[in-house]
Amino acid sequence: MTDAILPPPKKDPQKRTRSQTLPSGLRSRAALGLTAAAAEGRFMLQVCGECGALQYPPRDACSTCLSTDLPWRDIDPAGELIAETTVRTSTNTYFRERTPWRVGTVRLDAGPSVMCHVHGDVPRGGRVRIINRLDKSGQGVLYALPPEGTPNMEDDPQLREITADPKFRRVLITDARSENAVALAEAFAKAGASIIFIGEPEGWRPYPHRPALEAIPNVQIVPLDVTDTASVAELAGEIGGKTDILVNNARFVRPGGIMDRGDTVFARDEMEVNYLGLMRLAQSFGPAMRGRGADGDNSAAAWVNILSVYAYSNMPAFGAFSASNAAAYSLSQCLRAEMRPGGVRVMNVYTGPTDDAWHQPLPPPKVAPAALARAIVSGLKDGLEDVFVGDVAKDLIERWRAGAKVLEREMSETDGGGA
Amino acid sequence: MNVHATDPSALLGNLAEALATGAIEVVDLTHTLDQDFPVIVLPPEFGQCARFRMEEVSAYDHRGPAWKWHNFTCSEHTGTHFDAPSHWISGRDVPNGSVDEIPAERFIGPVCVIDCSEGAAADEDFELTPEIIEAWEAEHGRIPAESWVLMRTDWSKRRGAAYLNMREDGAHSPGPTPAAIRLLVDERGIRGFGTETVGTDAGQGSHYTPPYPAHFYLHGAGRYGLQCLNNLDRLPPTGAMLIATPLKIKNGTGSPLRVVALVPGRT
Repeated sequence: MTDAILPPPKKDPQKRTRSQTLPSGLRSRAALGLTAAAAEGRFMLQVCGECGALQYPPRDACSTCLSTDLPWRDIDPAGELIAETTVRTSTNTYFRERTPWRVGTVRLDAGPSVMCHVHGDVPRGGRVRIINRLDKSGQGVLYALPPEGTPNMEDDPQLREITADPKFRRVLITDARSENAVALAEAFAKAGASIIFIGEPEGWRPYPHRPALEAIPNVQIVPLDVTDTASVAELAGEIGGKTDILVNNARFVRPGGIMDRGDTVFARDEMEVNYLGLMRLAQSFGPAMRGRGADGDNSAAAWVNILSVYAYSNMPAFGAFSASNAAAYSLSQCLRAEMRPGGVRVMNVYTGPTDDAWHQPLPPPKVAPAALARAIVSGLKDGLEDVFVGDVAKDLIERWRAGAKVLEREMSETDGGGA
Repeated sequence: MNVHATDPSALLGNLAEALATGAIEVVDLTHTLDQDFPVIVLPPEFGQCARFRMEEVSAYDHRGPAWKWHNFTCSEHTGTHFDAPSHWISGRDVPNGSVDEIPAERFIGPVCVIDCSEGAAADEDFELTPEIIEAWEAEHGRIPAESWVLMRTDWSKRRGAAYLNMREDGAHSPGPTPAAIRLLVDERGIRGFGTETVGTDAGQGSHYTPPYPAHFYLHGAGRYGLQCLNNLDRLPPTGAMLIATPLKIKNGTGSPLRVVALVPGRT
């Protein structure tokens, strides 16, 4: 079993905050396939399209037949730890600061032997389950875990380096008025977040679930309106230095595309909330979070955007909303690049139609607030960058990957082609 | 000071002197344009009143080394604001119905203040009725034609959620009945009507016939509205001069503005 981490002590105001150092981020272009798979928490390797040989490490030509047709496939993660050692010093600053560090070799049941980081609860020669995750450089790395869960295994220091576990962390949820605010706050309370700040826009008009929010342990309702630069800057000034996980659930949704609206009023609101809201939050909270990526057990860990999966391919019935999410999606990539030196993960959670007032006339399946909240918390525990929640989003991203132009044509049907 | 001067130059000179000495005081009837000041809230499928927002363009820094300035955005109907006749469907064909067309002399005029603060304190849906207007006139004299009439409720002292006072059945705030507005418009010939609440109509004004009677009758008759006024408790019932000059927005249906009143000094 792993020693449970304790509630972090209050910060010593005389100590300099430790800067984030990073493990090597250098990879070959072929090896970035592992990173792409890790973004979704998938363990994938290349499988030769001609001879079927499983490849490790990633490469440009098949190690058996020299074919260059090497698509990535999900691989059985089971294996056996055949060698292990504990590194006690290193010339690399990142690892030097984090020793002892356990590494080893695992022979996969699928064939190849892989180099990986090894969880403290795996015995020598033991059976393991390989996971592929992003390290602090945002590159895919393999970890060997016990096949079944062990007590407190998520508290293993090596594992906590690659996850953004909410346990003992301080969370900011940006929109108390959103219909998913209660489910999100409850999920973070259950996951052990020490404080859950919830931003409340327009306190001058009521909303029905405020008492439910107030009843959740560790919730603190604070004024915040992502459309108001002064409000965002003020809250960041107050709590930016203790925001470890930021969940941006503020969004403005209205049905309609271009011609049935006939004006830019709602479109402007969509951009103000969905795009510029993200920009304002990132400009105010980003620098402080990026500076606290290595600040102990409650370091800044993750930034969560809730985006419409129609950011990938426009759904004309919600065409202008989709466009604002495409803009936010693009900006999230910029944010990810800017956050990376600080070791703070940017996780995008893509959803299809959500179960709320604006999607009321749409048929199921729709993503319920509790399902969205579960996906966010489990994504953080896994340290993911991309989460597709619900059948619609999962289906859409598969179709997008298979052929974006084909999908565009399908989406132009009135119901979004099954969406 | 010669209070009987009739020569226009002398009148203005006397006014300047009175302002300088404090014999005439200037009262600010305006709320600060503030991001958190409430605006009217409509069913969400309708277009909404834009909130006041401000973005810093530079502040003596790399974006502009010697100057500070902001871009701001808002609706024509955000904060303390003026309603022109073209704001309402009943006033859409009124001549000079938009703020840029209204002759400038209409922006300055005498003002009568009807104190409904006691009633509004007791009843959040308090109604200004013809009876209340007539009782006011019995005390202060008939409301002159071309004057502004302001309904004082002390609603401007409310803060936060108490201002709109929004509940599941809508907002609750005082306002005039249809008959009261018809009396003021048709029989007294007022220039405009102003309130301390978010609109010239009551919070429940959509349930009158016609809905929103102040908007309907005022603007249909080419009269003006002022709302979100402040400091009405500092105005005398009669004898003050209102100055309300909206921005000259082409085809504008209204405008945020600075509203002030000239009142006899307390000294």
